[in-house]
Amino acid sequence: MQTVKMVITGPFSSGKTEFIRSISEIEVVSTEREISTPAERVKDATTVAMDFGRITVDDDLVLYLFGTPGQRRFDFMWEILAEGMLGFVVMVDSAKPETFREAKSILETFRAYAPTPYVVAANKQDLPDAWAAEDLRIALRVEDNVKLLPCIATDKESVKNVLLELLYSILEEMET
Amino acid sequence: MALKGELEHFSTTQLFNLINLARKTGTLFIEQEGKQAQISFREGKLIYAQSGSQDGQLASMLHRAGKLSDDQVRLIRERAGTTSDKQLGLLLINAGYVSQADIIQSIQQYTLDVVYDILAWSRGRFAFEDNRMPPPDRITVPIDLENVIIEYTRNMREVEHLEKELPNLDFALKFPDRPGASLRNINLSVEEWRVVSFINPKNSIRQIAKANEMSEMEIRQIVYGLLQAGLVELVRPPRKDDPQQSAARRRRPTSQQTPQVKKTVVNKLISRIKSL
Repeated sequence: MQTVKMVITGPFSSGKTEFIRSISEIEVVSTEREISTPAERVKDATTVAMDFGRITVDDDLVLYLFGTPGQRRFDFMWEILAEGMLGFVVMVDSAKPETFREAKSILETFRAYAPTPYVVAANKQDLPDAWAAEDLRIALRVEDNVKLLPCIATDKESVKNVLLELLYSILEEMET
Repeated sequence: MALKGELEHFSTTQLFNLINLARKTGTLFIEQEGKQAQISFREGKLIYAQSGSQDGQLASMLHRAGKLSDDQVRLIRERAGTTSDKQLGLLLINAGYVSQADIIQSIQQYTLDVVYDILAWSRGRFAFEDNRMPPPDRITVPIDLENVIIEYTRNMREVEHLEKELPNLDFALKFPDRPGASLRNINLSVEEWRVVSFINPKNSIRQIAKANEMSEMEIRQIVYGLLQAGLVELVRPPRKDDPQQSAARRRRPTSQQTPQVKKTVVNKLISRIKSL
């Protein structure tokens, strides 16, 4: 049995858990606990260990999706999760400019962990305050050769599109 | 799509950079502690600005530039009635009071004065309205935003802000690939040109500073201005020079750094996800 891994990362409350939940064939295993600080009280619980989803391809191949803990104080987990990953997705809450700097910093950190392909998912595009993907590219200074994809993490088709684009990028890199 | 938020999280220079690079057309509304300002852009160029109680009308601009006296402005305000700025401009040129160049220079200077003031706002809400233009009777003069940003950042002294915006001096710089990005029409200082002459993906910002005998503050200020003006882009340095990356690699066995996955596996994953 071969297993491959992709990591879903991004700032607190950017939609990582929802992203994995939308596509995983198993109930997402996540260790959540109540939020401790007022700044993080956007939702009732946050991921302190990791989200874990699975997509079985056949008897010999399984894809695992790992979501990183959203809060910076758990970033010791990031490098462990990044080990051996095939690629990664950086989730950004398109309606929260206050998280863009953090998203950029997380992106750079993961790029430093491993030279694997990645895509940026401009999440929550269904919200009225969401910034357009092309504006986010400039705001986050994402290079032109990196895919920045509009996304709604609660929509399975949108999540499929992000993962497929990441896989196409991985394939392209293998061919070069 | 919305382009709105708080200046605390996305500064005025970052906004100008975005508007410039995305070649946006519309009006940026900013509100700070009761003060209001609006700045209009056409295809990424600054064309109009108005702030607070200033009326932003031609007579006021010419008065401010010393081209009209107090009495002349008073007369215009009393008698011109509903005359538009464009009509008034023509009347003043024909009457020999001002030249066309006076009008253009006065409008540019007024717009820049307003904008440099607004660029210093660090708090408040902003919202950009696509395709919203200033009143049609106003005379608009296009101004390149690159020069505005560069000029503003030259006087920036907020060390903390610069460190936050440019935390890693081990990055290198490159010129952007986008069409239209050019240094030809930009007014760079000698120090800025010295930095520009070293731009190469192989040279880290730190190395450029060393070569030019600049302090971290000086190089940050110049690079920040060039970045915000969209004249350069950050690139990762060659991996051997990247301490963060090297450290990460050292901590892991080589076998764990890049998974040995075949193309057939990726193709299988693609087919499976498509079928979900």
